[in-house]
Amino acid sequence: MGAVKQAIPAAIGGEADVAMDSSGTAKQTSPREILPIVEGVVLVAALLAPLLLQDYLTVFATRVIILALFALSFDLVWGYAGIMSFGQALFFGSAGYGVALLARDLDITNIFLVLPAGTIIGLTFALLLGGFLLLGRHPSSVIFVSLGTLTGSYAADRLARGWYYLGGQNGIPSIAPMSLGSYEFTEGPAFYYLVLGILVVVYLLCRFLVRSQFGLALAGLRENEQRIAFFGYKAQHLKAIIFTIGGAVAGLAGSLYAFHEGFVWPNMVGVVVSTQVVLYVLFGGSGTLIGAVIGAVIVEGVSFWLSDNYRDIWPIILGLLLLLVILFRPLGLISFVLGERERVGSFGARPKENVKENVKEKRNAP
Amino acid sequence: MLLEAAGIKKVFGKLTALDGAALTVGENEFHGLIGPNGSGKSTLMKCIAGAEVPTTGKVSFVNTDITAFTPTERARAGMSLKFQITSVLPSLTLYDNILLALQAQSSLFDLVFSRTRGLLHDQVMAMLRQFRLADRAFDAAAALSHGQQQWLEIAMALAGKPKLLLLDEPTGGMSLEERRVTGELLQPIKQHCSLVIVEHDLDFIRDICDRLTVLDQGKVLASGTVLEIQANKAVQEIYLRRA
Repeated sequence: MGAVKQAIPAAIGGEADVAMDSSGTAKQTSPREILPIVEGVVLVAALLAPLLLQDYLTVFATRVIILALFALSFDLVWGYAGIMSFGQALFFGSAGYGVALLARDLDITNIFLVLPAGTIIGLTFALLLGGFLLLGRHPSSVIFVSLGTLTGSYAADRLARGWYYLGGQNGIPSIAPMSLGSYEFTEGPAFYYLVLGILVVVYLLCRFLVRSQFGLALAGLRENEQRIAFFGYKAQHLKAIIFTIGGAVAGLAGSLYAFHEGFVWPNMVGVVVSTQVVLYVLFGGSGTLIGAVIGAVIVEGVSFWLSDNYRDIWPIILGLLLLLVILFRPLGLISFVLGERERVGSFGARPKENVKENVKEKRNAP
Repeated sequence: MLLEAAGIKKVFGKLTALDGAALTVGENEFHGLIGPNGSGKSTLMKCIAGAEVPTTGKVSFVNTDITAFTPTERARAGMSLKFQITSVLPSLTLYDNILLALQAQSSLFDLVFSRTRGLLHDQVMAMLRQFRLADRAFDAAAALSHGQQQWLEIAMALAGKPKLLLLDEPTGGMSLEERRVTGELLQPIKQHCSLVIVEHDLDFIRDICDRLTVLDQGKVLASGTVLEIQANKAVQEIYLRRA
């Protein structure tokens, strides 16, 4: 009866990159690597965009790239560690407010000060909230964490609205541009390439992290947290660490956003932006870094185009599109091109000598 | 004694699953836990493993009271568990499944910079060979047969070199041949590890266990060597009653 059961998973894993030859010995063929191609195409498109787009669209594209960076932060937390953070904007927005205050009150706009400051603000808030929500002696439930983060984000929104020092409902307008010596980053291609450069660096760091053995532990955590704990992993610590890293990335994105838009307002820490980032990642494909980027680009791109062409009903159309994707492609748009094996990915290089070890006992060939 | 559970009581609402059950296991002992359905075997196993907290009673392991330990702390103390429902990580390769289990206590630094992967390679392959899975090392675990998944899971449970392994129905859903192989695979671990095993297949239990504990309605009905239990009238009675 084992044979019946195994047929189903085998069919699901059918895109595996290991072929069985007639003798039943596993042979390794080189995996069909689609992911690097997708990543390359996205990068080339991003590099060329300002050359092809009109100026006002380059400004829009810069905003999208920043939001893609923000989406990466949520993807690390949800897609890779399975922590449902409904309050990711808390870290994004508080860093935005933080750097806005630095610029307004202390005249600090130097890029080498404000970006690290924003990152640290995001990191600190995530460490505090994550420590509180995740570091119990026993694992916290998904509901507890999602409501906890949601509440954090909502409370921050209310606080920002009510606090005169933070500008209340209006937020902090006309923030001075980010600077490097006497050069000022204003909207346009230079800002675009700066942001793109940062996105690429952060993307590569995340890629390194999720493909490491730490990433393997996260993959285990996401699939079966209890199992990992029974191996002796400190599952809560792993979660708190990745949550904090996510907060730092969100903080970096938030500080770039504040300077790019030139103002911050309470929505930026609130529930609306928190949900928006969830949608980017679900739409693009959680658990793949490029899915988060693509999701942000497409959701923002489509809403931009729809709002231009269908002025009144565009949110309804967008909502329907999102629903369709979530219903029929729960793994996101990226699952149209990426197979399951490649989506899960590999963790570190395969050891060289494994080929000769493959020729061992072959048992239970079905 | 390696493991001593005494006076274990577990109440779920109105249902008393365990009513003062006890279990002692010595070093390098294979101990079978048997009894009719609903006698509380799995619950006792969970209380020992830390998946459930007993309502009253005490579990000590290597002379330490571990009743309130979390699963992580138990694992680090040298206890390991194979779940009743196979819980290998289906989308990961066999190699990664084993490595995941092996590196559970590595430092964060080693994990992030993947130092464990090179260091533990030989151990991973050795475990896979020991459990006759080496030729499938880079297949996804989901592609294995049910029996092979059970073996993979036993291999994972043994990866951390535990002093005690808890096996909940290791041969569930296996063919006769697979059961025989499972017995063969388990024998060699006796040199360094004790075993508590819950199992319906009495022949299997008789073949590999040194001692047996029989539970009935949450209480210990009898405990002793396999021969003693086989001769026990009360035990014969409950199994006859069932038949």
